[in-house]
Amino acid sequence: MLDELRELYQEVILDHGKNPRNFGRPDGTNRQAEGYNPLCGDRLTVYVTLADDGRIAEAAFEGKGCAISVASASLLTEVLKGRTVAEADALFDSFHRLCTDDAFDPDDVAALGEEAFERLQVFSGVKQFPVRVKCATLAWHTLHAALHGEGRTTTE
Amino acid sequence: MSSNASAPYAAPGSNSMLAFDVARVREDFPILRQEVYGKPLVYLDNAASAQKPRQVIGAMSQALETCYANVHRGAHYMSQHATDAYEQARAKVQAFLGAERPEEIIFTHGATEAINLVATSYGQGFLKQGDEVVLSVLEHHANIVPWQLLRERTGIEIKVAPIDDDGNFLFDEFEKLLTPRTKMVAITHISNALGTITPIAAIIEAAHAAGAKVLVDGCQAAPHQHLDVRALDADFYVFAPHKIYGPTGIGVLYGKADLLNAMPPYQGGGEMIRKVTFEETTFQDIPHRFEAGTPPIVEAIGLGAAVDYLSAIGQTAVEAHEAGLLAYASERLADIPGLTIIGRAREKASIVSFVMEGAHPHDIGTVIDRAGVAVRAGHHCAQPLMERFGLSATARASFGLYNTREEVDALADALAKVREIFA
Repeated sequence: MLDELRELYQEVILDHGKNPRNFGRPDGTNRQAEGYNPLCGDRLTVYVTLADDGRIAEAAFEGKGCAISVASASLLTEVLKGRTVAEADALFDSFHRLCTDDAFDPDDVAALGEEAFERLQVFSGVKQFPVRVKCATLAWHTLHAALHGEGRTTTE
Repeated sequence: MSSNASAPYAAPGSNSMLAFDVARVREDFPILRQEVYGKPLVYLDNAASAQKPRQVIGAMSQALETCYANVHRGAHYMSQHATDAYEQARAKVQAFLGAERPEEIIFTHGATEAINLVATSYGQGFLKQGDEVVLSVLEHHANIVPWQLLRERTGIEIKVAPIDDDGNFLFDEFEKLLTPRTKMVAITHISNALGTITPIAAIIEAAHAAGAKVLVDGCQAAPHQHLDVRALDADFYVFAPHKIYGPTGIGVLYGKADLLNAMPPYQGGGEMIRKVTFEETTFQDIPHRFEAGTPPIVEAIGLGAAVDYLSAIGQTAVEAHEAGLLAYASERLADIPGLTIIGRAREKASIVSFVMEGAHPHDIGTVIDRAGVAVRAGHHCAQPLMERFGLSATARASFGLYNTREEVDALADALAKVREIFA
């Protein structure tokens, strides 16, 4: 029992869950969306500054949630900087597969030159906890809504 | 009849009237023998839905195997037989609630539908713009949203009775909300999220004195308390059969006959009509007027068996057993560092909501699930109440008649593991 739990609650996740990075609302952001998980009532807002060159200059978030959703939001803000919208979308796609797809091979993503993705692999334990997938992906769904102008999203 | 239900109507635990024997009771619930993640199932999510004894499972499969047809329709033997069983279930529920007449019992498709029925049919029939409906901050969404929908349709106003920081219902504050414009008071008997038992008899008396009708949400009271709608003088009383060890897919609405008789139909369809032409339709008497379409027939029969089961054990014995579990659980949980119990009302049913420092309720739920312990983590469909405490969620352990002190220990041990990971 403890093995799978340790796999889920890795040190990195516990750390980011307790001490989230890029927490708060920075000045000058130009994209934002609110994400909501109606299952548990968790809510978070993702802020993005999309620069003129089409790359993400800054990402931050605020809100309340479980260790998984807060850690996921925190790591998301760290790995986004410097990416284009298309690259962020591709990362979300890989992340989603990491959390849900048994056949997913993280090495395939290495082909994208994704050093960042290695950092996200701490969430691979989520696969064993299907009800927690929504927690892990809430920030990503919200990011998607922010980048594509949808404003609000839920994990339903 | 299924093989493990050779005596489907046998009294649970033959000596149960003399002494409540939880081990015997547990034998009646096949699912409690299941293991999850290699651990015995410790099922503490009874406020969400309770498990079913073989008496209920047996009665339902027996009905499907020997006595099934549509009710109130056919002239044939099987339909008559099924109709008798269905109406017998109504009579059992009548006795369970202490109602005066069987036609005061309406079978709906769930407790939520039962509240919607009253909010729609009584609400649109008798409430108008400016009339007031008084709710409490303890309410489940199912006893909030139907009244908000009514507000959109008719322009009624909604007032909300408060609680104190321990979750006690503030009766004096409630009384101040009553005015000559108060036409309906819709309040829970027991809070699903905190376990608070409201002073429902006094609430009803005060509401009646103000000229208002009262709907009681009894979903959490029905499994835990002896009920007597006539002694309470409730106008409407709603409960969910699946929380009293019966099936899902059916709800119960009790209503005083004179009120139900005066109310317009809720849904139109078969069974609820007397005569239909394209110019005009006349409706059946109660209860059938409110049971449009094919009703939950087998579910009603299962509910009848659940009522028999509870009656055989005796609600008083159940209450005493659960009070012991509540006291023990409150004590064990209070000893866990960093754990705070939310809801310490003076009158409380066997529901314990709590939060832990450093661990979100969802994380608590996940960790203890791996120890086989099932609790609810979330807002319990009571978001205004969560907001009242400045929370988005709690973890909630809710105890039923088959739970044991050893299971409370299993919960406490599992929570110690939560501390290990998150403290």
